[in-house]
Amino acid sequence: MPHDDPDHPHALLPPEPALRVKALETILTRKGLIDPAALDEIIDTYQNRIGPQNGARVVAKAWADPAFKAALLKDATPLVADLGYYGRQGEHMVVVENTPQQHNMVVCTLCSCYPWPLLGIPPGWYKSDAYRARAVREPRKVLAEFGVHLPPETAVRVWDSTAEIRYLVLPMRPAGTEGMSEDELAALVTRDSMIGTGLPKVPA
Amino acid sequence: MSSCATHSAPEPVFEQPWHAQVFALTVALNEAGRFDWPDWTRRFSQTLRRNGLSRELDGGDDYFNAWLETLEEILVSGGTAEPAEVAAMRDAWEAAYLTTPHGEPVRLPQG
Repeated sequence: MPHDDPDHPHALLPPEPALRVKALETILTRKGLIDPAALDEIIDTYQNRIGPQNGARVVAKAWADPAFKAALLKDATPLVADLGYYGRQGEHMVVVENTPQQHNMVVCTLCSCYPWPLLGIPPGWYKSDAYRARAVREPRKVLAEFGVHLPPETAVRVWDSTAEIRYLVLPMRPAGTEGMSEDELAALVTRDSMIGTGLPKVPA
Repeated sequence: MSSCATHSAPEPVFEQPWHAQVFALTVALNEAGRFDWPDWTRRFSQTLRRNGLSRELDGGDDYFNAWLETLEEILVSGGTAEPAEVAAMRDAWEAAYLTTPHGEPVRLPQG
């Protein structure tokens, strides 16, 4: 690898798209259309501050508080905003509840719409053609590949997110969690369980 | 989806620094009112569909290449940046990398 060579005479050239991104950033900065500090702030927010831990708190609260759960299923957006989870890509959030009769799973067949304030930036597989196409066509097979095997009597419903509506799955509360605090419950809620491609952890 | 076993392992939010950069650039321009998000989604999904005709796209480089292509199209069609201007600036960055000694910060010549 040339860039591992200490005698290599110049800086490692980044990949082609990185050069094009740098070009856009320079042009837009020089025209006063963006502030590089604001870009760093956006990256820091999604890398370090917003992620599935937000959605997990909402799920744990819904498990612990039946009135909150009822209101959440009716109209999630103002409720999660009250908890401080609002902003970009969270304008209209809908929570869908898993039951023994119905398992819910979220996809964005168009691109990668996702409830950023609750889950952060979607994982690579959520953005792949494979998941986007197959989640709708053969959801049970996709779920099996994620290690989720549902009883035959459980129907699978797939929700297609859009720029206007972002879905979050409310997984079923695992057995053996009676009397747990919201913090303990939140620790059981995985990102995939809120997309519907996983189930919550069971207490050890 | 062959990597199911790794789904629960910690994974970086952005696989490559440029993925993060082009993402942030787009969000910043959206917030500055250059385009609204439904419009972005419409254009971006068109690019994904077009690029996905010949092969199956992954959720990493393929996805962000489509993202970058869409952003360039929006900026060019809106008159915010000229294609020649973008190409020249890209070349200037490449030249800066090729002439900066290894280990030193890469900067564009002032101008």
